[in-house]
This record gives sequence, structure tokens and C-alpha cells, in this order.
Amino acid sequence: MTTSWTIPSIRAALEAKKVSARELAADYFARIKARNPELNAFLALSPDLAFAQADRVDAQVARGEPLPALAGVPVAIKDVISTAGITTTCGSRILENYVPPYDATAISRLHAAGAVMLGKTNCDEFAMGSSTENSAYGPVRNPVAPDRVPGGSSGGSAAAVAAGLAVAALGTDTGGSIRQPGALCGIPAMMGTYGRVSRYGLIAFASSLDRIGPFATTVQDVASVLAVIAGRDAADSTSVAVPVPNYLAELGRSVRGLRIGIPREYFAEGMDPAVHKNVEGGIKLLESLGCVPVELRMPHTDYAIATYYIVATAEASSNLARYDGVRYGLRVPGATLLEMYKKTRGRGFGPEVKRRIMLGTYALSSGYYDAYYLKAQKVRALIARDFMQAFQNVDAIVTPTSPSPAFRLGEKTDDPLQMYLADIYTVTGSLAGVPGISVPCGKTPQGLPVGLQIFGSYFQESRVLQLAHAFEQAGGFSIA
Amino acid sequence: MKITREQVIRVAELAHLELSEAELDVYSRQLDEILAYIEKLNQLDTSQVEPMAGGTITDFRSQEVERSGVPENPALREDAVKPSGVAPAVLNGAPDPSRPFFRVPKVIDR
Repeated sequence: MTTSWTIPSIRAALEAKKVSARELAADYFARIKARNPELNAFLALSPDLAFAQADRVDAQVARGEPLPALAGVPVAIKDVISTAGITTTCGSRILENYVPPYDATAISRLHAAGAVMLGKTNCDEFAMGSSTENSAYGPVRNPVAPDRVPGGSSGGSAAAVAAGLAVAALGTDTGGSIRQPGALCGIPAMMGTYGRVSRYGLIAFASSLDRIGPFATTVQDVASVLAVIAGRDAADSTSVAVPVPNYLAELGRSVRGLRIGIPREYFAEGMDPAVHKNVEGGIKLLESLGCVPVELRMPHTDYAIATYYIVATAEASSNLARYDGVRYGLRVPGATLLEMYKKTRGRGFGPEVKRRIMLGTYALSSGYYDAYYLKAQKVRALIARDFMQAFQNVDAIVTPTSPSPAFRLGEKTDDPLQMYLADIYTVTGSLAGVPGISVPCGKTPQGLPVGLQIFGSYFQESRVLQLAHAFEQAGGFSIA
Repeated sequence: MKITREQVIRVAELAHLELSEAELDVYSRQLDEILAYIEKLNQLDTSQVEPMAGGTITDFRSQEVERSGVPENPALREDAVKPSGVAPAVLNGAPDPSRPFFRVPKVIDR
């Protein structure tokens, strides 16, 4: 059996009856069994569901029916996305036994497209972190270098795809949590425009920033999964009715003549020299494809981390107020209702989640709202305006995804601010709401993957995908 | 000092978090560091800036929506009751259900 499947190769093999969806699913469960004890990428497996879905696809093949877009494709789902009947922990003790009664919209769309759901992937608790070390269920190891982190917070999804334990995966991105682990594990990873994919059933961290998006091993597969999950959903009032173009059909369009903005602020101090070298090489590769580099200024970039850690923590402190031991999850008994709340939350949440709830509560507390939350939302508007002004003049913005390649487990756990700075190139696009992808851009001399980040303007996912695809086809994966 | 230990205790009260003495020490130090870092936002004059209120800048997003030829989403849906059918499953997953209620420690003293 082939070792590295893609969405088109699965379709071809199913149609030619060279493999059944059931065999494929069984093969992936065997891979997970062999590799997951080391990587800790999966928290729960769903073989009953997977084989039922696979059998449905095999029946379609047997009847000669046209196969849906993701027929038989084994997928993994970050454990912050609700899956009916399958435990969804958010990487937290407080939801250790939580079984959602319904599917997120992204999940029902994957099911309808014939995907086969293998299980749920490990992540930083409530998606708060950049290394997946904040999971209550132990860290994930980077399949490329197992003494190192896979990035985060969607580290389990990234590691699963990079290790060949799933063909595609869903993650969520609030400040970089799809793109950064994609970069650190060496696979393409994308978030669409805010509102492009429904958040219904995504367990909320920061509602104005949270986005669901795909990981895969090729840009084409990323495009295929995004096409399935994108689009207006009446159950999420922030999802948008702008039509979803045919990303696959537009993927192969020439990128010649496209103007790519290179913001000087993203190439300042603090970047690992090997990352810098590869990203410079990546920009040269895009130039060789006919793209026109344009130097840009995005003057508010340096304020993005500070802005993000107010906006995101304020929203988190509000969203996470629901974990009180009453309706679901952990309850630690107390003599009074208030005591029960405090004990439940004090024991159920891990250190990073408590730190962020504290910061967010402080930022929203009486007398501080204007100084922190309102101020941050104003600076956020300035950061978004940097992007919109840039897009008057360029078709896309190209930057590094992460200032450093994968770091060692434990290297940054004692210094939250240092960990926050790992998101320095990704949070800007999160705050602005624009789409972005990280695409592999070679490896460092130590063999660690580097990611190139491409941002587009609102709803310009096709443009982002075209550039990433052209970059990949031109050999971006092997830049040295 | 951006934040005192007393303020940290007060914030933990507001957030309904029971924290140990050791946690209060650590969070006092770390929140102080983070707030000192966040201070840098005050370098910017934002007196003339409209704050962002959602995930995108609405005026720019509207341009894109207009270009797409599709009207902006209807902001409000019809106010109609739609049974979700999940109540039994939700109660089954609750820490202390007493159908059709969630039971909690006594709230009112008589």
C-alpha cells in the first residue's frame, strides 16, 4: 500500500478499486497505533464512526455513484471542535469527560463530503499556547524532531498530518495556532478570512479571532478541504455569504505579475538567521516565477502581540466563564455555589488558561476597560488598516511564519512572554481578519522545517492558495 | 509595579478562580511583567481611531462583499422556535442532573 496518500490519489485508487475506504481507514489506524505512543498527537480515536463512514463510501463505489469531494479521506480533528458522541476535551481536565451532543458545522460538512474521521487531536488547553505543551494530556512531539515541540496550539493536528497519521486535519487559529504548527512540522496550513468558515460548534476561546482551517501535505489538498468547510452558515451570524469560489479550479493560475509585499517590520531583529535565509530564498523563488516584490511598511506590527494578549484574553475570560461545574464537565464539590465554582475552576483549568483568564478579567474590570480593552481594539484597527493600505498596492504579503524553527520541549515553558513572542508574525493577520497560509520553505541546516507565510486581502483565499501552490510546485519545500 | 498582590487576589475573586498562595505569587509576578510589556500600546495616539468591534474592518469587508455581488448577511434571523432535541444528551452529561434540571448547592438560606 502507498505510504503517502493525497486526496486525488485516494479518489483515483477508490475509483479504480485498488483500495477500499475501509482498508485505507484500517491502514491509518495501524499507523496511529504504531506512532502515536511516541507523538501523543491523538487524544481519542473514533473507529466505529470511521468504519461506518468508510463503508458508506465503499457502497457508493460499488454502486458506481459519483464520489463526494473527500470520499474516503482519513481526517483528524482538533479537540476543540465539537463532534457528536465523541469526547471533546479541549486539552483540559475541566472537559475530561465531555461528549458533545452535536457536530460543529465544519464537521457535518466533512461528513457530507465523505471524509473518514479517525479521531481527535491533542492541543494546548483551550487552544492557548504555541507549543502544545499546555495540554492537560501531555505534550505532542514534533515528528520531524521528536525532542522538539510541534508548535501550537493545533500541534496534534499538525503532527498527525506530518507523520502520515492522517491525510488532512482541522485545526483552529486564534493568533497563529494553525500556521505556526504547520511551519514547525513542515506542512501547508491555512486559515481563511474571518467569517469564511462557520465557527458553530467550535468551543470558543476568543470569538472575534477564532477560525477553523485545514492542514494537509499539499496546497491542493488544503484547498480541497477549505472548499468543503467554507461558506455561510445560518448557525454562525459572523459567517459570511460571499460565495466560495472553486479554489481547485483557480489553483493552477499563473502568478506572473502578482505584486507581493515584503513588510520590512517582519525582517527585524529576533529572527533566527536560518529562518531568515530560507525566507529570503523563498521570496527569490517567487520572483523567479514572475512575482514582483514590493517593499512595504506596516508600522503597527510591533504592537500586535500586546494588542492580541489584551483582546484574546479579555474574550477568553468571558467565554470561559461558562465552565462552572453546573451543566457539563468537571465539578469539584463546595459547601456553597460560589465555593463550587471557584474550586471547580481552580482545579479544572491549567496554569496558562488561569493566567489568561486573570489577565482578561483584569483588562475588563471596572476602571481598566478603557485603558486596556478599548485601547487594544483601537490599536487593532490600526493594525488592520496597515493591511488594507498594503493591499491597495499589492496582491499578497509574504513574511516568515515563525521567528524560529521548532524549539525543544520545555525550552520556553517558564517564560510566558517569550512563548507569546513566538506568534509575532502570525497575530497581525489574526487581528486584521485576513486569510493566511503557511507553506513549507525548506529546512534549516539542522533539518528543521521553515514556513513561509502568505497573507491575502479579505476573501482572497484563491490568491493565497495560487501563490502557495505555485511556490510548492516550484520546489519551495526543498529550499536550502 | 503594574499590579499588586491585592489586586491579583481581587481579580481571582472576580474570575471565580480558587488560587493557591504559590499561584498568587507566580501570577502576581507574571501579570506584572505582561502588563509592563503591554504598556507599549500607550506610545500610540489612538484618540481619533474607531475601535474594531468584530473580526474584520467592516468598511473594507463591505467593499469585498459588494464586489462579490451578494448582499451582506441578513443580520437577524427569524425569531422562531426550533427544537434542538439535545436536552436528554445534555442532561446525561451533566455533573449532577435532576431531570429536567441541573442540581447545584443550596443558593438561598431560609
